[in-house]
Order: sequence, then structure tokens, then C-alpha cells
Amino acid sequence: MSRNLNDSSSSDLPPDAQAGSSRRQFISRLAAISAGLSVAAPLARSATTTEGNALEGKSPKKGTEEDLVEINFKVNGRHQKLEVDPRVTLLDAIRDRLGLTGTKKGCDRGACGACTVHMNGRRVLSCLTLALMTQGEEITTIEGLAKGDELHPVQAAFIGCDGFQCGYCTPGQIMSAVGCINEGHIRSDTEIQEFMSGNLCRCGAYPNIVDAIKIAAEQMKAGR
Amino acid sequence: MRTFTYKVPSSIRQATSDFGQSSDFLAGGTTLIDLMKLEVMTPSQLVDINRLPMRGIELASDGLRIGALEKMSDVAENQEVVANYPVISQALLKSASAQLRNMASMGGNLLQRTRCGYFRDVSTPCNKRQPGSGCPAIDGWNRTHAILGTSSSCVATHPSDLAVALVALDASILLQSGNNDRLVKLDDFYRVPGDTPDRENQLNPGELITEIRVPRLPWARRSAYLKIRDRESYEFALTSVAMALQVDANNVRDARVAVGGVGTKPWNLPKVRDALIGRPLNQQTFEAAAKLATEGAKPLRHNAFKVELVQRTIVRALMNLGGLA
Repeated sequence: MSRNLNDSSSSDLPPDAQAGSSRRQFISRLAAISAGLSVAAPLARSATTTEGNALEGKSPKKGTEEDLVEINFKVNGRHQKLEVDPRVTLLDAIRDRLGLTGTKKGCDRGACGACTVHMNGRRVLSCLTLALMTQGEEITTIEGLAKGDELHPVQAAFIGCDGFQCGYCTPGQIMSAVGCINEGHIRSDTEIQEFMSGNLCRCGAYPNIVDAIKIAAEQMKAGR
Repeated sequence: MRTFTYKVPSSIRQATSDFGQSSDFLAGGTTLIDLMKLEVMTPSQLVDINRLPMRGIELASDGLRIGALEKMSDVAENQEVVANYPVISQALLKSASAQLRNMASMGGNLLQRTRCGYFRDVSTPCNKRQPGSGCPAIDGWNRTHAILGTSSSCVATHPSDLAVALVALDASILLQSGNNDRLVKLDDFYRVPGDTPDRENQLNPGELITEIRVPRLPWARRSAYLKIRDRESYEFALTSVAMALQVDANNVRDARVAVGGVGTKPWNLPKVRDALIGRPLNQQTFEAAAKLATEGAKPLRHNAFKVELVQRTIVRALMNLGGLA
């Protein structure tokens, strides 16, 4: 496993993480350590699972390195190759293995929208997507929206409209908002609210989020 | 999540032969991965069917055909579906969230599991999850549970909105395994719980839903899905109704009615339909017909409100569709 954890070192990290503060480095080291623990625990348990299966007349080998699945996919335009346990979600793969921690883990059960990313241009929940289901697919995360230092119009509008307070749901809100605009579900406030209902904001920044989406949609239409 | 092995078959025949004991098919994953995290479902193998050719949305002379792997969002926004079967489009758009609709397949939607809190909590008994262990919902928290089709073993509702619309429209599903296929009416596909709530439908091990077929019904252009819930969006139904209405002068010529949120399966209401046909198009007709919806209902401690609510839901849908609202 240590080989896999080393994969998520500097070369895979986005520029902001590489140049980030010591706090960010500390947190990503913690994440790496806890990822190691979470892999170790199921490894320990797989012994009992294997035993259980053996009783049913099956003896699949599980949880060992040879059971890792190789996935090749594109994240924010860059080709990525990972070896993952089949249980690893896309969310955990992009956060813990690729160091792209902009995508947030909220409920981890498909109820809050904090983990929203784009797969082949469509908004999806990365917590309910297994990493191995993204074989050959193109993923865009919040880190892939801006062009260099130039923010995506939706990012800029969220800042301009105060479309957040604590900010935890914001990456998911923004990825979902880009999807909402691209789908054309912006004909009224009610329609925006309906098509953004999969993204919960406990701070209640909803009115400002709707404003931001309307402003960004106008700018995107004007090609800015 | 328990460990599992993973296979990606390239044909339906291979998918069936890959399917072993304790396997599950993986399509969109929105139900399965959620329930695997909760350890409610613990397959030792996943057979990923996403590469299989079960796609396409086609309107032909005999009706609508939808490939089981089509995503909910694509079907909801399909112009033929929107124009000819608005009840299907609306039922889909009132389900889940935009993200989940981009992920979940049509076949998977029909096989989603109940939202009963006891089913989802492995620390409690549940006859559906663990046959014979008991049903804490019957005397427990049952505000969202069923009033129709219940048994002393299970009172869980079927959660799909799409299934309610399809049952109302008399749709069938094509089931395939290996070289065999069979066409089953969706209404017959689902089972009421009885003594075996763990057996929810007619699907055999290794068998796949490959296609949905909706009969041609030109007057389904006048159809709608009305869903009543605790919040306006992104919530399961307390009550819902799928309705199609054919009007002739000031009379009801024909109708299709099924309700959701109240039954242990999508609840078809032929008696309500019969009570509408040939009657004058007015509120009295609608109220008299709607009363028949809850014949034999068995309300529980917290869900008795659903008896009146589902009748009102039917009346409102009729008022809307009949142009009387």
C-alpha cells in the first residue's frame, strides 16, 4: 500500500496544493495516513470474509494487492493511471490519491451534492461512483474549471454574489451550477431552484446562489 | 463496504454466465453503492453491465421502447417522451436530483429498494433484509409507510415514481438471461410482500431488465404526474398519482390511474378508472372515483393521513388534467 500512497505525491498534486501552506500539507499528510488506515482495516477484515465465503463453497482471494484494479482515466485534462481496491469511490480516489481536495465529502451517501463532479461533461455524484466505473472517462473537478488565473464565470459570480458562507458545499454547488446552466435549466428562479435541489447548503445561501447562477448564465451566453 | 470482485461482461449472455451466487448487477450504482456502504447489500461480486447494448429511446407505431441502460435524465428530456407521454417525463423529473438522474438507469430505477428506515439500518430487524427477523415499522415509526398491499411481515412502500407512471400506462418490461427472453407486465412484475417481503419481484437470478415497452396511447398526451411530499423537491413521495385522461365533450371517455407512496408496490387503480369512464367531467365525479382508491386500506399509527391525502391527490390531478383547476 505504501507504493500506492506515494503515487499521490507532488507530481499528481494540483499547483495550488504544491505551493500551498504548511497547513494544507499537514492536512493532506493526515489524509494520506487515514487513507492508509482505512485500507488496512478492510484488509484485516477480509480474512473473515474469505472464511465466510469458503463456507459457502467459494474461496475468492480478496483485499490483497493482486485484487487491485487498474484504472485509466482523465482528470481535468490530464491522463491518470491508478491501481485501486474495487471499493474505492471516485470521490476518495480524486481526494486521497490525486490530492484534489476541492471536491468535498459531505454525507458520502448521495444526499447532499457536496461531491459533485462532471463525468464526460455531465454532473454526477462522485461518492456513489466507484472509481473503476470511470475507466476511460473524462472527469472534471472544481480544480479544472478555471483557465489558469482566470476564474470560470460561475466561480466569479459566486464570489460576487456572496453565494456561500462556510464554503463547504461551494465546490459541489459550483460544479452543479455549471451543469444546470449547460443543460439550460435557468429559465426562472423556480427552475434553477428545482434543478439545484440536489445541492444542500446548511448556511442557507440559496438566494445568493440563484443570483450567481443567473449572472453567470448571462455572462456565459455573452461568451465572456 | 465488504470486499467484492468485479467483472465487465461484453454481452448479455456473458453477463448471465458471469452472474454467480451472491452477485449483483451494477448499472448507475445509485442504489447499490449506497446500500453496499450501509452493508444492507453485501454482494461478493459485481457484474458491471454498463457496456451492454441496452440503449435507445424509440417511438414506433406500437408504442415507446426505452433501453434499460438509458439514464433517467435523457428519457425525461427526450422530446418524443415529453410530447407523447408527459407523465413519464414528469415522474422522472420529480425523482431524486439532477446529478442522480444523470447516473441512474431506467432499469435500475425500477429495481431500487425501499426507503424504509428499518430496512436501511442493519442494527434493526427487517423481514425484507433478513427474512423472519421481524418488522419494527408496524409498531414503530411508520409515517412514510404503506397503507395498501401491506402484510403482517412488511409495510414498506415501493419508492419509484417512474414505476407508478409505467404501471398506469400498462407498460411491460423485457427480461433477458442468456438466450431466453420474456415480456412481463410491470404491474405483474412486482409482488406484494405477503410472507416473503424479501422477494420483491419476478426477476430470476442472472436475469436482466433490458427494455421498457410502453403501449401506444395517443391520448396520453394529456397525462401528468402529481407528487406530494414533505419538501418541494428532492424527496420521496408521501402520495403521488400518475394519470392520463381522455375527454369527450364534457365526459370522461377513458382514464389511466396509478398511485405511489401508499402501496407496497406501484398501485394500479382500475376501479377508479372504471368509476370515471362515461361520467361527467366535474369535481363530484372525481371525488366519488377517488374514494375507491383506498378500499381495503390499512392505515398505521402515523400514516392514517395518507388515506385522505391520496384521494385529494387524485382529485387535484383530475382537476388539473380536466382543465377545471
